[in-house]
Amino acid sequence: MKRIFASLNEPELRRVVVSSLTLGAAVGVFALSFGVASVSAGASVWQTCALSLFVFTGASQFSAMSVVGAGGSLAAAFGGAVLLAARNFVYGLALSSSANSMAKSLPRRLFAAHFVIDETTALALGQESPRLRKVAFWTTGIGLFTFWNLGTLIGALAGSAIDPQKFGLDIAFPAAFIVMLMPHLRSKLGRQAATLGGALCLISISFLPVGVPILIAAMAVLVGVRGDN
Amino acid sequence: MIIALAASAYLLKMFGLVVLGSRQLPKVFDRCLGLIPAALLSALVLKDTFSLGQSLVVDARVAGFAVAVIAAWRRAPLIVVVVLAATATALVRAI
Repeated sequence: MKRIFASLNEPELRRVVVSSLTLGAAVGVFALSFGVASVSAGASVWQTCALSLFVFTGASQFSAMSVVGAGGSLAAAFGGAVLLAARNFVYGLALSSSANSMAKSLPRRLFAAHFVIDETTALALGQESPRLRKVAFWTTGIGLFTFWNLGTLIGALAGSAIDPQKFGLDIAFPAAFIVMLMPHLRSKLGRQAATLGGALCLISISFLPVGVPILIAAMAVLVGVRGDN
Repeated sequence: MIIALAASAYLLKMFGLVVLGSRQLPKVFDRCLGLIPAALLSALVLKDTFSLGQSLVVDARVAGFAVAVIAAWRRAPLIVVVVLAATATALVRAI
């Protein structure tokens, strides 16, 4: 760490660290929304914070609380959340060729795994040298983890103090999901999967247990089997 | 459930990074995995806006939904989208 601060004289390093921290601040605000929404859906402050500390992957956390808040079974909440977390596996694969330079020992790599998420992968892979990749990964990882959890805690504490319906907070989840969905609508396959997934969900809502329609919607990914972009 | 989810999320991240190493995924698999967020997020949006439990319902949330779509499409930051959507819904409820 000391070495990193000492070398902030280097413009390259400074750029990476500043990007990571900016991202961290943005994510912190996102975390505030999660904290408030989660508590409004019925989770305790402790449960909300546990999700951010130990699951540490935003879309999954939002999805799990959305299903639970609607009265869905824990199994359905779990299923949807795991499906959304599956992309972290692909990120792990993408980062694995750099894993040697990012984390020398196995225990350190196992520790690093917890921080494999959208932002760390994106920032790390965007760098050209192994050294910058390592800095990007760890600065983003630890920075985001700190901001994410602080934001969650503050949001959860604030959310416990207000009435969700009066402030329209039940729309917080879908609003967040809409923002998260937008980038995926840029590709044709993404739009197809979204349309089909949404349709499958709405169709099955009236006759399947709460939360299960989300899992049914996952079948929409099959549009990717034949498709090309 | 939190423990199970935490363990699963971690295992997914770990398997990619530590265990599988640089083996390539078949392209089809990769493509479909990449479509999970599109399919699931869309389903979640519609479920949370247009249903309550097992019934399809249209209520004040539609206002928030519409505002969110516009704000998100115009690339407003997440917190702005959430606040605008919540305000719209709360206002419609107050009328």
